[in-house]
Amino acid sequence: MNARLNAEINTSISNPAGLWRWFGSTWLVALLVALPVLSVFYLALFPKENIWAHLADTVLPVYIITTLELMIGVGVLAVGMGVISAWLVTMCRFPGKKYFEWALMLPFAVPAYVIAYVYTDLLEYAGPVQSALREIFGWQTARDYWFPEIRSLGGAILMLAFVLYPYVYLLVRASFLEQSNSLRDASRLLGCSPLQSFFRISLPIARPAIAVGLALVSMETINDFGTVDFFAVKSMSAGIYDTWLNMGNLGGSAQIASLMMFFVVTLILLERLARARQKQFNSSDRFKALDTYKLSGWKAVLAWSICALPILLGFLIPVLILGSYAIQHLDQLDQENFLTFAGNSFFLSATAALITIAIALLLAYSKRLYHYKSLTAAANFASLGYAMPGAVLAIGVIIPLATFDNSVDGFMREHFGISTGLLLSGTTFAIIFAYSVRFLAVSTGAVESSLSKITPTMDMASRSLGLSPMQTLLKVHLPLIKGGIFSAGLVVFVDCMKELPATLILRPFNYDTLATFVYQYASDEMLEECSLAALLIVAVGVIPVILLTRTITSTRAES
Amino acid sequence: MKKMLTAMALSAMIATPALQAAEEVNIYSFRQAFLIKPLLDAFTEETGIKANVVFSKKGLLERIEHEGRNSPADILLTSDIGPLFDATEKGLLQPIKSELLEKNIPAKYRDQQGNWYGLTSRSRIIYASKDRVDASEIKSYEDLADPKWKGRICTRSGKHTYNLSLIGSMVAEHGEAETQQWLNSLKDNLARRPQGNDRAQVKAVKEGVCDLALGNSYYFGKMITNEKKPEQIEWAQSVNLIFPNQDDRGAHMNISGAAVTKYAPHKDAAVKLIEFLSSDKAQQLYAEVNFEFPVRNGTQRSELITKYMGEFKEDGVSLQKIAELRSTAAKMVDKVGFDN
Repeated sequence: MNARLNAEINTSISNPAGLWRWFGSTWLVALLVALPVLSVFYLALFPKENIWAHLADTVLPVYIITTLELMIGVGVLAVGMGVISAWLVTMCRFPGKKYFEWALMLPFAVPAYVIAYVYTDLLEYAGPVQSALREIFGWQTARDYWFPEIRSLGGAILMLAFVLYPYVYLLVRASFLEQSNSLRDASRLLGCSPLQSFFRISLPIARPAIAVGLALVSMETINDFGTVDFFAVKSMSAGIYDTWLNMGNLGGSAQIASLMMFFVVTLILLERLARARQKQFNSSDRFKALDTYKLSGWKAVLAWSICALPILLGFLIPVLILGSYAIQHLDQLDQENFLTFAGNSFFLSATAALITIAIALLLAYSKRLYHYKSLTAAANFASLGYAMPGAVLAIGVIIPLATFDNSVDGFMREHFGISTGLLLSGTTFAIIFAYSVRFLAVSTGAVESSLSKITPTMDMASRSLGLSPMQTLLKVHLPLIKGGIFSAGLVVFVDCMKELPATLILRPFNYDTLATFVYQYASDEMLEECSLAALLIVAVGVIPVILLTRTITSTRAES
Repeated sequence: MKKMLTAMALSAMIATPALQAAEEVNIYSFRQAFLIKPLLDAFTEETGIKANVVFSKKGLLERIEHEGRNSPADILLTSDIGPLFDATEKGLLQPIKSELLEKNIPAKYRDQQGNWYGLTSRSRIIYASKDRVDASEIKSYEDLADPKWKGRICTRSGKHTYNLSLIGSMVAEHGEAETQQWLNSLKDNLARRPQGNDRAQVKAVKEGVCDLALGNSYYFGKMITNEKKPEQIEWAQSVNLIFPNQDDRGAHMNISGAAVTKYAPHKDAAVKLIEFLSSDKAQQLYAEVNFEFPVRNGTQRSELITKYMGEFKEDGVSLQKIAELRSTAAKMVDKVGFDN
């Protein structure tokens, strides 16, 4: 009803020219952002040879099963850790809760490849843990005892889950904070225990948030190459790189990447379909403090431990180990251009965050203005880049940029006799473009959901007072959703700080970011030489992460 | 705070230099920047030509390909024959005729048309436990298939380019069917699923996980001199180096190399750089940073290499052939399920 009314008002008020302006710019931007993904599809049309017969005969089942195991493992752990910790810090009171609220986000600042390197150093045979065990028990060689192998599927699942669960935590916590007391009170009055009420009320209401978080986690997992490569886990992304680099068949690997993407997209659509008939209306009592359970005794200890564990394993231990290495390499601060690298990382990430937010606003707002299916399609289409491995996406970025550069150059040569060379390829623009394509999905999701919380009556009021859609966006909506926009920007910023493969391939000459600097040593298992830079990535990421949790907490009145 | 951020952003933008200054050479490198920096510094000092580098282990060929005639890249620097071969196949390179290069670099380590030149070489050797293996027990790659090694061999992924080129050399010698049998038997002899890098295999020998490991020769140098991580010196001390097939075709070799791109804007500087890298002084330096063998005729091998490795017989099969067989080798690894 609401939607139809809204649509009618919009179409009757706005002139057709305005419609086309929004419609046109939305599709134009969506197409630009989708260019790299389209380029990969294009590559997939021209494989050097058909790889599928060979794959199906040999390793395809292994790739598929391993990828599924990886996704399910990481998904279950990330949702488990994210949801339980979010519920505890939102709905319960126990010692330390205030700190956990933001500390639970800290692992988000740690890149997956860094945590994988650190834990390998710690848990491998020559590492301190096994050495100590051998010392204590007098074992001589690896044949004398059993110790879990960190370089395994299980190890990869743990590493990824520890740094990815914050996606779920962040979104689910925001959802819990918005939930009204009355539903829960009703369930308790009807005889539910707190636990039953959690399963019957809080969890179902948070389902959209969990689904979005899980989708982000799954896409990050399926895209990961650093960790699975280091741990020799044979997932689909191993197949992509093998087909590309060892068999010289980029087209074939583009096919695998595209197929993987459709797989993820199908999953997301299925979830949306399952949710389509569900409608949620929250009585908005967010200005009333949440009623929380006060925990004491063993319950408080348990809650404290559950919250402390992911922080300890996902953040404290890696940071302490990196720190202990870094202290021995403090002299690098003078020798290496760390500040330049940090400056580069910061500049790229901040610019990309601003751009993705602007694009996300455009996509989400024109979708709100005109309820056309095609606008929703444009927004979804533009978000596809997130489901593609970074290095493959980088090739997808190279193609349109180089084509553009060479066309301009050809035109200028022909008509003016001057060569403009490469204008965009091999510049920081290429990297920022890649980041925006890759992480747009993160910001569109967040901006859309903030925007959807503003009741359409606001638009109607503002428009009937004579404001244009643009003025309404700037004067009414932006102030209302600035918290949501800010969080989305921060998440994109931290993601960009950690991004590696696209940065590596697209960067200009003599240009390093913190991540590329870390990689050139870490890839040669020289973690200590780059520990300081790795620590800096984490440190720069921690600040936005703390800001992020503050913004979310402040959406609800304090108890 | 705001000022600092602005300063950081500014410095970030300034750090992208305009690439038009006097004499420069632009390198797309598959080798880490820190490995080649000492050489490039020496080059700049001698010639006044500034060297710019982009390092990545993948995607650089695609970048040259699509940048086309406007590509800023002059030189491709690789750590393996693979990319040199692929770039030649794709027509991304231009043949270089240089008497100096032909004199300095033996024919087997350069392309006959002059598309690429090898700069350093390394052998893929067998590291054998000093305690548990008698050096006379293992003499060739073929011996690795002997059932007596069941559960005693370690290696990195069969899909790694170093192993693919070794498997390629077996195919060149024995044909596909026989090589596949060999690879199958080798798989049966593995102590654990292939994982880690070459260094990690030697470490596994020291730790008793296995008795034999496959690895590139330069890792020995990297470990035995590693003052920062003295445990690596112990790993290196726990093994004998076995250069396989000394009684027949010789040990398998691979190269790192360089090539000039088709549209190199600074072609002269590029040729100068490769010639510089083939000079006696640079050859010593280049080989020594990574404990590889200089390819130049007559360049003294480092003391360390002379001491531990001595002279050995090198497999003479053409590198071209090895590179061509990579894809066959990769498929064979899948068929055998070597990494599973």
